Amino acid sequence: MTTPHAAVLAASSAPGFLSPTGVEVVFVLVGLVTLGAAVVAVTTRQLVHAAMWLVLALGGLAVEYLLLTAEFIAWVQVLIYVGSVVVLILFGLMLTKAPIGRSPDADSGNRPAALVAALAAAAALVALVVDAFRTAWIDLEEVQGSTEVTGEILFRHWVLPFEALSVLLLAALVGAVVLSRLRRAAAGDRPDRQGD
Amino acid sequence: MHLAYPAVLAALLFCTGLYGVLARRNAILVLMSVELMLNAVNLNLVAFDVWLRDTLHAGQALTLFTVAIAAAEIGIGLSVVLLVYRNRGFADIDRLTDLADDDARARTGAPASVPAPAPAAERQTTGDAAA
Repeated sequence: MTTPHAAVLAASSAPGFLSPTGVEVVFVLVGLVTLGAAVVAVTTRQLVHAAMWLVLALGGLAVEYLLLTAEFIAWVQVLIYVGSVVVLILFGLMLTKAPIGRSPDADSGNRPAALVAALAAAAALVALVVDAFRTAWIDLEEVQGSTEVTGEILFRHWVLPFEALSVLLLAALVGAVVLSRLRRAAAGDRPDRQGD
Repeated sequence: MHLAYPAVLAALLFCTGLYGVLARRNAILVLMSVELMLNAVNLNLVAFDVWLRDTLHAGQALTLFTVAIAAAEIGIGLSVVLLVYRNRGFADIDRLTDLADDDARARTGAPASVPAPAPAAERQTTGDAAA
């Protein structure tokens, strides 16, 4: 691992924060949109709107991955998160009969405590991260995560974890199917409630 | 690009998700906040992988694994939430106090036995009859 060498090299050649490159400007702007969408998603009282804001936050993160030259991760993000996870969440909201419009009890009573905890964690983490990586510089000249590179490392070095993960995914999906089917078998004895 | 930008963005996103997990009442909104926290971790993994120029690209491989595990987690989590909703008629996590101590229950002001709404009670008897 060439970490110390790379860090020293980066520290000596890193430009200051006051002269941002174009990529940095775009990254900060998209980051502001992402963060704003995430904040609205966790604070809005309209449940379906929260899922829509989550789409914007996750899509913004995909753009950030693209800016970090990890293009395969970006498309996986769009496919899995925006494409399926948010759809699953919307299905869940519909199946639990989430109210359309403002629901006054979207937040629980410990909201001030949550705000204090989140702000304290944010202050501590940001201070720590800025202090630790103030001089670290990412060289984006060379693409680090093209589909070719990702496929090569995934199927050359990470084959066993990949296969184990597919077994885990299969087990999780079978578990979800079993959890959903139990109730259907129970409701089957009462035909008058079957369509519920 | 300075590494501080993605690192700070990831920290702030994580804390946003932390606020959502602590403050939300609906279980599905809590799951959404968990997704935000997982995404913050993914951004950190990708940024540090690009910074370190790891030849194995462990950060990106781990990001893909995290995405797959998050998909599994949201599937299982949503089916559990749906089961809770079908059995009880609500999916509010601060009313699910069956495992709480009596003094904790008294502190939150919830009654000792949460009266389930009528359709949920009917469903409960349906389940009992089938079992």
